[in-house]
Amino acid sequence: MGEVEISLSVNGHARTDAVEPRLTLADYLRERCQLTGTHLGCEHGVCGACTVLVDGAAVRSCLVLAVQADGAEVTTIEGIAAPDGTLSPVQAAFRECHGLQCGFCTPGFVVSATALLRDNPDPTDDELRVGLAGNLCRCTGYQGILAAVRRAAEAG
Amino acid sequence: MKPSRFDYHRPTSPAEAAEVLAELGDTARVLAGGQSLLPMLNLRLAYFDHLVDVGRIEELRRIEQREGALWLGAAAVDAAVERSELVRDAVPLLAEASPLVGHFQIRNRGTVGGSIAHADPAAEYPAVALALDAEMVALSVRGERTIPAASFFTGHWSTALEPDELLVGVSFPRWAGRCGFAVREMARRHGDFAVAGAAVGVQLDDASRVQRAAVALFGMGATPRRAGPAEAALVGAGTGELDLAEVGRLAVDGMDDVPADLHGSSGYRRRVGAVMVERALGAAIEEASRG
Repeated sequence: MGEVEISLSVNGHARTDAVEPRLTLADYLRERCQLTGTHLGCEHGVCGACTVLVDGAAVRSCLVLAVQADGAEVTTIEGIAAPDGTLSPVQAAFRECHGLQCGFCTPGFVVSATALLRDNPDPTDDELRVGLAGNLCRCTGYQGILAAVRRAAEAG
Repeated sequence: MKPSRFDYHRPTSPAEAAEVLAELGDTARVLAGGQSLLPMLNLRLAYFDHLVDVGRIEELRRIEQREGALWLGAAAVDAAVERSELVRDAVPLLAEASPLVGHFQIRNRGTVGGSIAHADPAAEYPAVALALDAEMVALSVRGERTIPAASFFTGHWSTALEPDELLVGVSFPRWAGRCGFAVREMARRHGDFAVAGAAVGVQLDDASRVQRAAVALFGMGATPRRAGPAEAALVGAGTGELDLAEVGRLAVDGMDDVPADLHGSSGYRRRVGAVMVERALGAAIEEASRG
């Protein structure tokens, strides 16, 4: 059967590409769209580094095939800041609260937190922890990340 | 690219999907949300020549009341089940289980039907289906058949579905009267598969005696398991006279082949299972007593 043609929007830009069915959305974004802000950690759905928005829903892009995103609107970390480069409230709070160290997990955390706060603008501490439990960080110890998302919620 | 090569099919109706499966047989695998299948493909624990994507078939995404039961189309995503007022009202045990499945990013794509067809023995939805005697409806070119939960789960990641059969949906019976439901599980981290867990339902009569009880355990064998002796001990007993810790022990007593792995020995799992039954029953009875 070979390649399949897909049409989708990535950060507001319409694209049409022929892809192998086995190409994951994460690899499509990184290698075909050159959007390498989406990071790949575990590639089997555990670490959350590859989180992107598909039609507004936060998903693991390593567990979505590019062909499954045919027709969808995809937002990656590159599409979170304003077009003029102004950081989103979540991004600004990560900078202010030391929510990142090496930065590898950060795109996934920012995208997850963006979806989390959109659906629940005033989360309790418990809701925040549960909501961020699907993203792994190996250097900050999470306290800075939690503080950042809390500050972003307060900045609302 | 991590998965091995496969061809991709996107039928537009259940009947068309059944035709594709009839043609391709066991060289094909059904893809719904992909949250169990994609990890296996990425790790090359599994490979198929063909994937048949049913995730977009609208008919398979329905959540609706059908006679005395709740119908979940096989491709209804977990997040929709979690948010559904109808589900919360008709089958509260499902609503209890949903938040425990993976993380919200997984539930945005994962499906109840996919979880049940994948049949991981430590997963929540198969245990809920078994506890409630749900019925799985399978479609092939030979027609439609209904498979009771008690004979659906045949082993680790194995079900009674034939390679050419598509799970089109699951029918969950609705309980009436003074009922309570709960799921309790012990996992190393929130969202991980549980070391052991229990999904229970109880119905009380007017004198607060247990009229009906369902107890299913997960993570305790190759399939989810019903705890018959525990259910028998519950039925007829007054809620005030029940020793739930004892019922918990009864639930796991007769269970052999309890798995051991780096998260715990068989004996440890059995103890955790007993405590999960005890806690779930405590919560379910309390809820039913208020009703």
